[in-house]
Amino acid sequence: MSYGLTAEILARAQFAFTISFHIIFPAFSIGLASFLAVLNGAYLASGDRSYLNLFDYWKKIFAIGFGMGVVSGIVMSYQIGTNWSVYADKTGPVLGPLMAYEVLSAFFLEAGFLGIMLFGRKKVGPGLHMFATAMVALGTLASATWILSVNSWMQTPAGYGINEAGQFVPEDWWAIIFNPSFPYRLVHMVLAAYLTTAFVVGGVGAWHLLKGRATPAVRTMFSMAMWMAALVTPIQIVAGDLHGLNTLEHQPVKIMAMEGHFESHPEGAPLILFGLPNEAEKRIDYALQIPKLGSLILKHDLNAPMPGLDTVPEADQPPVAIVFWSFRIMVGLGFAMLGIGLWSLVQRFRGRLYEDSWLHRGALLMGPTGFVAVLAGWITTEVGRQPFTVYGLLRTSESLAPIAAPAVGASFTAFVVVYFFVFGAGTFYILRLMHRPPAIDEPDIVDGPIRTAGVAPGPAMEHAPGETGTRER
Amino acid sequence: MDIDLPFIWAGIIAFAVLVYVVLDGFDLGVGMLFAVEPEEENRSLMMNSVAPVWDGNETWLVLGGGGLFAVFPLAYATVLPALYVPIIAMLLALVFRGVAFEYRWRTRRWKAVWDMAFFGGSLVAALMQGIALGALVQGIEVEGRAYAGGWWDWLTPFSVLTGAAVAIGYALLGATWLVMKTEGGMHDRMRARAKLLGIATLALIGLVSLWTPFQEPLYFERWFAWPTAIFSFAVPALVAALAWALFAGLAGGRDRAPFLASLGLFGLCFAGIGISFYPFIVPPYLTIAETAAPESSLWFTLVGFLVLMPLILAYTAYAYYVFRGKLNPDEGYH
Ligand code: HDD
Ligand code: HEM
Ligand code: HEM
Repeated sequence: MSYGLTAEILARAQFAFTISFHIIFPAFSIGLASFLAVLNGAYLASGDRSYLNLFDYWKKIFAIGFGMGVVSGIVMSYQIGTNWSVYADKTGPVLGPLMAYEVLSAFFLEAGFLGIMLFGRKKVGPGLHMFATAMVALGTLASATWILSVNSWMQTPAGYGINEAGQFVPEDWWAIIFNPSFPYRLVHMVLAAYLTTAFVVGGVGAWHLLKGRATPAVRTMFSMAMWMAALVTPIQIVAGDLHGLNTLEHQPVKIMAMEGHFESHPEGAPLILFGLPNEAEKRIDYALQIPKLGSLILKHDLNAPMPGLDTVPEADQPPVAIVFWSFRIMVGLGFAMLGIGLWSLVQRFRGRLYEDSWLHRGALLMGPTGFVAVLAGWITTEVGRQPFTVYGLLRTSESLAPIAAPAVGASFTAFVVVYFFVFGAGTFYILRLMHRPPAIDEPDIVDGPIRTAGVAPGPAMEHAPGETGTRER
Repeated sequence: MDIDLPFIWAGIIAFAVLVYVVLDGFDLGVGMLFAVEPEEENRSLMMNSVAPVWDGNETWLVLGGGGLFAVFPLAYATVLPALYVPIIAMLLALVFRGVAFEYRWRTRRWKAVWDMAFFGGSLVAALMQGIALGALVQGIEVEGRAYAGGWWDWLTPFSVLTGAAVAIGYALLGATWLVMKTEGGMHDRMRARAKLLGIATLALIGLVSLWTPFQEPLYFERWFAWPTAIFSFAVPALVAALAWALFAGLAGGRDRAPFLASLGLFGLCFAGIGISFYPFIVPPYLTIAETAAPESSLWFTLVGFLVLMPLILAYTAYAYYVFRGKLNPDEGYH
């Protein structure tokens, strides 16, 4: 089952695979939970039922995505022990408590109020239901905060000592939690989650507009999404730039890989836009580059010298091609999002936001790109950290559990098969829900007090206008 | 004042695991009972009885794992590789089961598939948890700071027996939970099943208890040497009392007593394991003190626990309170 692959490669592949699936769902639920809280608040404040219709519409989608996030997350929390036990033993005293805080302050909060948010409106009344909805949103944000602190500590460790057993031990909790890259990563990731959700919502809105269903609810969701695209994308680009400067300070080698700087540039480095990283020859083939711009962006000085990978021992270099490409995919998508945001602003001020079908086509096309950008960003971050799990201190090859390759190979295979099957089905159900427009005014039963209702796919599904042919494939 | 932090934390982790076992135990049990309730509406009702709370129940599993990572990292790092196969199987089973809660309502053609996933996932997760428990009781080979045994060490007749015991016990919890939550035909059927499952659970508890002392000289001594041998009398006596409460409740048509008695049975078994283990956390090599993280980690986490746990218990109780009482099968259909 191991096909000559080492246990290390297999364990890395398994980790990368399972966490890449996991992050897709939280990125969506963080944004959607906040969106639902806003929708519910807007409904309570204005009494406008199109907000309620939107809430009920996205609530069902949220429930599926959240469920997938929970089950893939539980896998993560155990996999650190099963596959990375040496890492777990060494970092446990520092990172374990942060994860325990995540469970105590975030996961319980989400889970405790989720039932009330989904099925409890009638049982607890609007005030408490709003409170529960807000708590779920808060829980997703708290979760992101803790886990990003954990991840950032692995990138830029601080506030620790090392004991005689070789474990990292805490010396200053404040320094550990607020380690140097944490604020940047938190802001960038939360904005990423909001943007991801905004583009999904915008894509769904655009789809229904293209189908000629410009109901109030559809217009509202499209408009809200486009506001997010227009306002948050520029902030995200600035945050990303600052994040990069922070990385340059603390993980310069990662920046060298991202920029494709195999060689040092004592008189100012170029900005390589595209090219083919050639790791064997240690150069970028067919590079399309702008001289000195790299130094200008990273050091704010055209002639600032920039050391390259030739100054770093071979054994400490990350793979260049993956990092180089994933970074460009993320940045490219960021600017494409900006394009949609600006375009929507123009059309909004010309009063053609709901009429411009090319804008709608563009928004539809951009619908899933948030997920791609999030994955690309994480691959840049994590592969750029290699060959370390704790940057500069603990090597990936020394983090591994003593597990034989066939065992890891078998579990990896099982994860691939199960994830594609189960999450593939979930994605299909989500797409099918999105395919139907939000109800004009959903009848009360859909929000009945208990699951049987929202769920009673019966009436809600059956009478969705015009969609009969697309159900139940 | 000398506070034994590792000991306090061992208690907290034990508490988290126990809460997990009884809470997720009943909803895994409900999943297993899908096997004997083929009717579509009955299955909907059963699933609805746990839908609002299952995610909270499962979070205790994350607290158990995350807590171990935080305060006993060495135990986390030796036990999980040792139990690699059952843990991975449990995680995959929980994936199937967890998504079934939503997927089932999103399709008609594939409903049977997700019903199967719900049943199979619940069954496999329960079996694997029981097997993992048995493997831990058997003892885990440790050298230095790492697991040193083989990949199939966990699989023995004893661990298979504990796997069966936990699965049957969870089914009992599920059946008594449904006795409490339903009326009419379902209620009566579950009452009959709870009787059978009660008998089977008690028989398996008996077998496991008789076999356990022979797994490790340490356990033998604990159960048969003075003064700890007191437990050897007290625990069976309490089990007998709870068994009486269970069957009397079922026979007398009381709805809550059987569920509470079943919870009590789990609590007692759990206490029994604790008595066998102490002071080890990974028997027979690593003690609670040896695996504990440094003071600072223990303190920092303890503060969070003490502040947040009362809140968690409060809103969890509130969520159960909101969805209390018998389920109304018609609710939401008008
Ligand atoms: C919608 C998603 C999204 C978008 C549009 C962008 N990013 Fe990003 N980026 C992420 C989502 C993301 C992320 C998934 O959230 C990452 C991975 C880890 C992290 O902290 O954020 C990330 C990482 C990340 C890193 C790596 C930091 C490190 O590993 O140390 C840099 C330098 C940037 N981003 C910079 C940018 C720039 C200059 C962008 C401008 C176009 C940009 N990102 C758009
Ligand atoms: C959720 C978003 C994340 C994604 C998509 C992601 C992605 C990846 C990828 C692709 C790798 C493999 C790198 C390689 O082997 O070259 C990796 C490694 C790793 N990541 Fe992340 N990561 C994420 C977040 C985290 C977080 C929050 C943690 C903190 C616990 C973490 C811990 C690790 C560890 C321990 C490895 C070691 C395995 C290795 O280095 O190969 N990751 N991750
Ligand atoms: C190795 C890294 C990670 C581990 C061990 C982990 C662990 C978990 C666990 C155990 C759950 C289920 C909680 C429950 O039972 O309710 C979960 C869900 C969640 N995780 Fe992760 N996680 C990791 C990475 C991340 C990252 C990078 C983010 C976000 C930036 C994130 C955000 C969330 C959120 C918001 C949820 C709630 C469920 C959802 O929204 O879909 N996690 N995670």
